[in-house]
Amino acid sequence: MALQQTTARVIPDRLLGPIGRSAIRWETLLLALAAAIFLANALASPYFLDIWNLSDATFNFTEKAIIALALAFVVMAGEIDLSMGGTIALASTAMGEAAVLGLSTSALVAVGLGVGGACGLVNGVLIARLGLPSIMATIGTMSLYRGLSYLALGDGVLKDYPAAFGWFGQGYVWQALSFEFACFLVLAVVAGLVLHRTVFGRAVRAIGNNAFAARFSGLPDERIRMILFLLTGLAAGLAAVMLTSRLGSTRPSIALGWELDVVTIVVLGGVSIQGGSGTIPGVVLAAFVLGLVTYGLGLLNVPGIIMSIVVGAMLIGTIALPILAGRILAARRRP
Amino acid sequence: MSAPVPPGLADDLDLRGLILRRETLLAAALVLLLAAIALRFPAFVTASSLGGVFNDSAILIIMALGQAAVLLTRSVDLSVAANVALTGMAVALIDAHHVLPLGLTILAAPVLGLLLGAFNGLLVWRLGMPPIVVTLGTLTIYRGFAFVLSGGAWINSFQFSPSFLALPRTEWLGVPVLSWIALAVAAAASLVLGRTAAGRGWFAVGGNPIAAAYAGIDPGRSRFFAFCFSGMLSGLCGYLWVARYAVAYVDLASGFELDVIAACVIGGVSIAGGIGSVTGAVLGSLFLGTIKNALPVVNVSPFAQMAISGTIIIAAVALNTRAERRRGRIILRPVGPQAAE
Repeated sequence: MALQQTTARVIPDRLLGPIGRSAIRWETLLLALAAAIFLANALASPYFLDIWNLSDATFNFTEKAIIALALAFVVMAGEIDLSMGGTIALASTAMGEAAVLGLSTSALVAVGLGVGGACGLVNGVLIARLGLPSIMATIGTMSLYRGLSYLALGDGVLKDYPAAFGWFGQGYVWQALSFEFACFLVLAVVAGLVLHRTVFGRAVRAIGNNAFAARFSGLPDERIRMILFLLTGLAAGLAAVMLTSRLGSTRPSIALGWELDVVTIVVLGGVSIQGGSGTIPGVVLAAFVLGLVTYGLGLLNVPGIIMSIVVGAMLIGTIALPILAGRILAARRRP
Repeated sequence: MSAPVPPGLADDLDLRGLILRRETLLAAALVLLLAAIALRFPAFVTASSLGGVFNDSAILIIMALGQAAVLLTRSVDLSVAANVALTGMAVALIDAHHVLPLGLTILAAPVLGLLLGAFNGLLVWRLGMPPIVVTLGTLTIYRGFAFVLSGGAWINSFQFSPSFLALPRTEWLGVPVLSWIALAVAAAASLVLGRTAAGRGWFAVGGNPIAAAYAGIDPGRSRFFAFCFSGMLSGLCGYLWVARYAVAYVDLASGFELDVIAACVIGGVSIAGGIGSVTGAVLGSLFLGTIKNALPVVNVSPFAQMAISGTIIIAAVALNTRAERRRGRIILRPVGPQAAE
């Protein structure tokens, strides 16, 4: 009779069915959150559902979201980069000085991307080659890059940009689809494919999970981390091109405090800050959630600093609530 | 170390020598820096001028000591400057509206700061959230609440009661109370870090959290107390900052958390936890404070300050990394160029 019991027993390899599993996924939670905010906004303000208004709304977060796509890889590899704001300031200053010298629009873009890439490379050398802890090294380079910008500009401003340069931040590719947003969508698809469909993407997560084991498995972890910081620098350079073009001027205080917003997008997107896990759809959705919240609150005339409370609370809440909910569920099941 | 010493103990002894060396090195660097300035501007190194530098660095010293406790436990508190802004705004409003007697107003600052620190600590301890994420969030929340409290308005010097503003400036034995407070906090911190179970626990948790847990120290609880300590000192600095500069506004001390972390790192406090000392944190703060005070004296543009502190941070981190690497525990050394790539 003991035998009968053992044969009847089936142990499922997964506790939930396919629908149940996707329902508790982080991305589904974010999607629901984004939909709820979208709905609430549409109800709260009659101006929300205007296609041009929505298009305008994307400008506020596209540049940050582009950097977040690159930073997601860095965080998944178990590192962090806090120097993006400084990189943007330095790249923008370099473009401004180049514009004073009379360089063409394409040359200005090259300068912006080049300086951004160089900043990323310096981070990469400090962290991957010299072995400095990334949080401290990039806090240092954050001051250094923005400091160099202050050194060059002081309290001055650069605004001699050619008219054609304005397209990168203000131009439209098709109808209400801006160049910035189109660029973000393309980069998001590329980032998603690289992370989820290539050896490189798996290697990044392997390094974040266990850098030691990754090295034993023959992954060139130093080189990969170097590439990741270079890419983040390039993304910051691209964001500098777009932001400078959109604003039409450069001050050393440009993009001040952006690193916090970008890190918030990445963490809200479900990327583990300890490295090893995360998805690109999550990061993209998190960017939309943040963009929609700030835009909706803006339409309701909420001051920027109150928005930052909401963003901070969302960052903590979205991580704390699932933990709390999980505990309550576990406590209820136990008796 | 001689051969018969067991490896664990040798590590320990070496570590102590290392910190000692680190602090003497830093003190020597500070003396060299002062000597270099004195060569061209002898007035900078008079007793009264140096006293001024110490007084200017007092707030940085106090906050660096709080941050050092958090860093020791392998955590980081990015919300300290926002804590200063919120508690500073709160006590400024209390004083401007004469709600409480002066003593209670001043006492409210460290208490409120402690509560803010405890909130960080609870999230880290009870929910197991990464400290960097928690304090990144509370950084914006706390500063946001400073706006909510004040409605964006400034509290200016004429709105404060005179005794509220006078306290940090009052001199005792020729030294301002602000400097005395910094000295007292440093003395208290060295007692807490060196002579209490909580303080030793911070070292243990940062050095090896698993070993600490086996030794009966709850790493989460230990971190919670470190955050409380840091929050309390930040709250105290909220009052000191507002009283010293006689103004309270939302963007007060904006970005100061980076200076505080920089002072710790320059002082040899390891971002990886478990390594650091009160003397180091104090010397690191003084080093940064001296440079900030000396720049205008030696005619360097104030705009160069940020680039210089960035360079110093990178150099200090590089130094720390080299020093810590000597501890060993590398079981796989890179062999040949392909491993190093």
